[in-house]
Amino acid sequence: MPYIPHTSDDLRAMLERIGVRSLDELFDEIPAGLGVDQLPGIPPALSEMEVTRLAGERAAADGQPLNFIGAGAYEHHVPAPVWALVSRGEFYSAYTPYQAEASQGTLQVMYEFQSMIAALTGLDAANASLYDGASALAEACLMAVRAHRRSRAARILVPRTVHPTWRRVARAITEGQGLVLEELPCDPQTGTTPAAALAAQAGTDVTAVVIQQPNFFGQLEDVDALARQARALGALVIAAVNPVALAVLKPPGEWGDDGADIACGEGQPLGIPLSGGGPYLGFMATRIEHVRQMPGRIAGRTVDRDGRPGFTLTLQAREQHIRRGKATSNICTNQGLLMTAATIHLALLGPTGLQRVAEACMARSQELVAALAAQTGVRLLFSGPRFHEAALAFEAPVAPVLEVLAAQGIVGGFDLAGDYPELGQALLVCATETRTSADIARYARALGSLLERTRAA
Amino acid sequence: MLAPEPVIFELSRPGRTTPAQQPPAAAAALPEQFRRRQPAALPEVSELQVVRHYTRLSQLNYSIDTRFYPLGSCTMKYNPKVCNALALLPGFLARHPLAPAATGQGLLACLFELQELLAAVTGMAGVSLTPMAGAQGEFAGVAMIRAYHRARGDHARNEILVPDAAHGTNPATATMCGMKVRELASRPDGDLDLDALDAALSPATAGIMLTNPSTLGVFERNIVEVARRVHAAGGLLYYDGANLNAILGRVRPGDMGFDVIHVNLHKTFSTPHGGGGPGAGAVGVGERLLPFLPVPIVGRDGGCYRWLDERDLPQSIGRLSAFMGNTGILLRAWVYLRILGAAGLRRVAEYSTLNANYLLARLTEAGFEPACSGRRASHEFIVTLRRQARELGVTAMDFAKRLLDYGYHAPTTYFPLLVPECLLIEPTETETREELDGFVEALAAIQREAATDPELVRGAPHSLPVRRLDDVRAARQLDLAWRPAAR
Amino acid sequence: MSNVPAELRYTKSHEWVRVLPDGSLQIGITDHAQAALGDLVFVEVPEAGRQLSAGDACAVVESVKAASDVYAPVGGEVIAGNELLATQPELINQDPYGQGWILRLQADVDPDSAGLLDAAAYGELSAAGH
Repeated sequence: MPYIPHTSDDLRAMLERIGVRSLDELFDEIPAGLGVDQLPGIPPALSEMEVTRLAGERAAADGQPLNFIGAGAYEHHVPAPVWALVSRGEFYSAYTPYQAEASQGTLQVMYEFQSMIAALTGLDAANASLYDGASALAEACLMAVRAHRRSRAARILVPRTVHPTWRRVARAITEGQGLVLEELPCDPQTGTTPAAALAAQAGTDVTAVVIQQPNFFGQLEDVDALARQARALGALVIAAVNPVALAVLKPPGEWGDDGADIACGEGQPLGIPLSGGGPYLGFMATRIEHVRQMPGRIAGRTVDRDGRPGFTLTLQAREQHIRRGKATSNICTNQGLLMTAATIHLALLGPTGLQRVAEACMARSQELVAALAAQTGVRLLFSGPRFHEAALAFEAPVAPVLEVLAAQGIVGGFDLAGDYPELGQALLVCATETRTSADIARYARALGSLLERTRAA
Repeated sequence: MLAPEPVIFELSRPGRTTPAQQPPAAAAALPEQFRRRQPAALPEVSELQVVRHYTRLSQLNYSIDTRFYPLGSCTMKYNPKVCNALALLPGFLARHPLAPAATGQGLLACLFELQELLAAVTGMAGVSLTPMAGAQGEFAGVAMIRAYHRARGDHARNEILVPDAAHGTNPATATMCGMKVRELASRPDGDLDLDALDAALSPATAGIMLTNPSTLGVFERNIVEVARRVHAAGGLLYYDGANLNAILGRVRPGDMGFDVIHVNLHKTFSTPHGGGGPGAGAVGVGERLLPFLPVPIVGRDGGCYRWLDERDLPQSIGRLSAFMGNTGILLRAWVYLRILGAAGLRRVAEYSTLNANYLLARLTEAGFEPACSGRRASHEFIVTLRRQARELGVTAMDFAKRLLDYGYHAPTTYFPLLVPECLLIEPTETETREELDGFVEALAAIQREAATDPELVRGAPHSLPVRRLDDVRAARQLDLAWRPAAR
Repeated sequence: MSNVPAELRYTKSHEWVRVLPDGSLQIGITDHAQAALGDLVFVEVPEAGRQLSAGDACAVVESVKAASDVYAPVGGEVIAGNELLATQPELINQDPYGQGWILRLQADVDPDSAGLLDAAAYGELSAAGH
């Protein structure tokens, strides 16, 4: 019996101690007729050897293509110690630190993570993570509505340059509570949000404005101008940021005249593999005056009975297990294991390492864009500064190009046609520090000959 | 016991770094207005310092791999190593979520099978794996109930019934979905009060959220009748899968009459708890909620797998995650399910129930009072220490803290809220009889200490890295982030 | 036995009401309520100018283990919240009927006709463990 240690002697002795004759008798309170004897649709057990072989074959079939997609999930080098440490059973198989004395390891990692996120975002306090970047944005919108005491509209302006799936998730999660998410237009030249679009909202009740930096196209928004305009509307500012980019970009705490109110984002670039889409890591930080409106677990440093420093969960009265129907969110778990990975990753890289990664990403991305835009039928779509992604306009339809590239082991980018039909045939590409000049040259060569064949045909 | 460990920032020295793990320096043009002026205040430490620091921190934790961890309602069973190892295969780790489906058929095959396996084991018609935790599964479930009524033009249904013993997420979720919460009383024997149910049902009833076996650790014996009455009133039934471990392969929520269910893969299907996540809260539905499932879902066209999205399910409640949920966790659950197979799943329920009832019998003999006396335990049960609190002035929290000194993680304390001074104990199927016996002996010893030396128990723990922490100070003098100036 | 001053009025949800000389009302939570909550760590008071109806949640008191809404005993306009509580929530534990007051209200109605409890009735209610 996999993972069940009972011998037949154990079974006999335990049933006797309970005072029943059989295992079946333990289920005698379940009404007759409800139970099932078999589970149709469940195959017989496999041994560890068999399942290892099956999984190995499937993973090998998926291969490891050369990847040029970002679009919210980024391939970075993950230092070897990160997952060696995260996979330790003491982290992997512990639960939420409800018994603080027996969970100082997890609690201290939470505190260190919160400190690092606060440092990166330039804000006062962070929580110990949320599920992912998209749901963190949804939670940030709900939090802004709670934190803004005067706004009655529950109305949040979200630029079209924000990750399209994040916008969908924010809508799905906040819809039940009556939030109104309104779209701000995108400037077709720069691929950014014009501050004038915010100025046009003067006189209306705006609860909060979302600003993503870098935005979905990899373009840098004029965050200072946008934050100032948002402030002029009396709105709170929600920053959605890439934590690697924050090594070189102005932190949300310094945007505009007095900084953003809430920062959130996707922590996956910090030591977490692509892994098909998850598990990733949402993060959130805020100013101290809003901290009681922030959802999710938070660790605090305090002292024990003998006055020694130690860590405990704090501000728990916000949470569902105490506030029930009036909690700030229904969230119970955070992404503890991924938070641990991100903390170790940031500790290893430090300020200079993270800055090097960010600068290498920008340099590689510029090299990629130059190589691809040099191909006939491809041009850069937007002007202005970027981080590590770029939107390219194609003369030929993008989807068939991506299919042919995939067959050659190249994942060429994200087709923008579905989410941004107004851009025509457009592709979002990304290069991080992991892409070498040889990788970029291989992609450019493959694309060039493919486009040439398309033109000839 | 190990000494406390300094905060990583205190180990930092300017200029110390980890060159092997960094890319070569590259010049990147960035206009001044966008630039960060001061480097982020991250620690500057060596690789060995990092490895030693986090290894030591890990050693300050109690975990399943090191201790018996009978935390009720959390199903702290063994997390098989093979599940982690296979989820970390390079072919799975390297996959970008938006890469063409053609390059991910292996991964999609595993996820498709997991959907089918979960549907079979819960008796539901369809499954979406996208919710990233139990609470998100609950959200998806209630949002689907809401969408179902609205699609029928039934806009008056805005109430969700929740038993008073329910986990706090149930009412919190209903509120997040814009629903009103109506609490239902439980009877002293743990079953729902059918008269109270009748009184609560109305044309405003959208649905009811139930955990079965309940958070009181007993099976709801009237479940078929409850389902009949709720359905007759036009409501739907939501199954909170927190306690699915207790009935795996023996009863299916679909057969009990539930319309929608969430499954905590990190409980029943042994994916890691990870110090508080990642979870995974797959949802299953009966036929009438199929159109509303959250996307994406893995579909099969001929021999090929692909993601179904809003275009395939136009009535879907939408997306809950940036991509497709906690994929790597789903892979771990798939490995676990394949290794157990049908017979293994059934044994999970049988042996977790055996262990719980054995522990209950032994603790009752040792003088502890069960909360639902005369009832069969499910995979967990409650003892109340109200007598000890009254007579000896030693509370459930004191017992819990003293257990830590004996090397056991404490059971869940003070939940459910309606049982005074309670311990909710869930041993799981993966523990040996010897381990359970040791736990009984520890609790019996603490009971003797409570009578002879109550201060010893009230002052516990004594042998851990820290003693009881000052929660009031933590909340009044917030210290949530390390600041160099503060020290 | 908790302290129930005779000169105050009470609600079933454990608020107390004092009629001030200028006719406005001072409101807080009772000694019984603060003892049940334990050490308070945070109090959210309403802003001046807010209009309340009787029974509206108008403040939040939070301890480590619990958080509870404070309900307006009668309708009216908030004149002031007790700003001291922002930094010293423990005032409610130390002096619930004095420095631990939570808000002042200009009532819409005569408090005598608002169905409030007198000290004897509230004393019975709280002693019965409600």
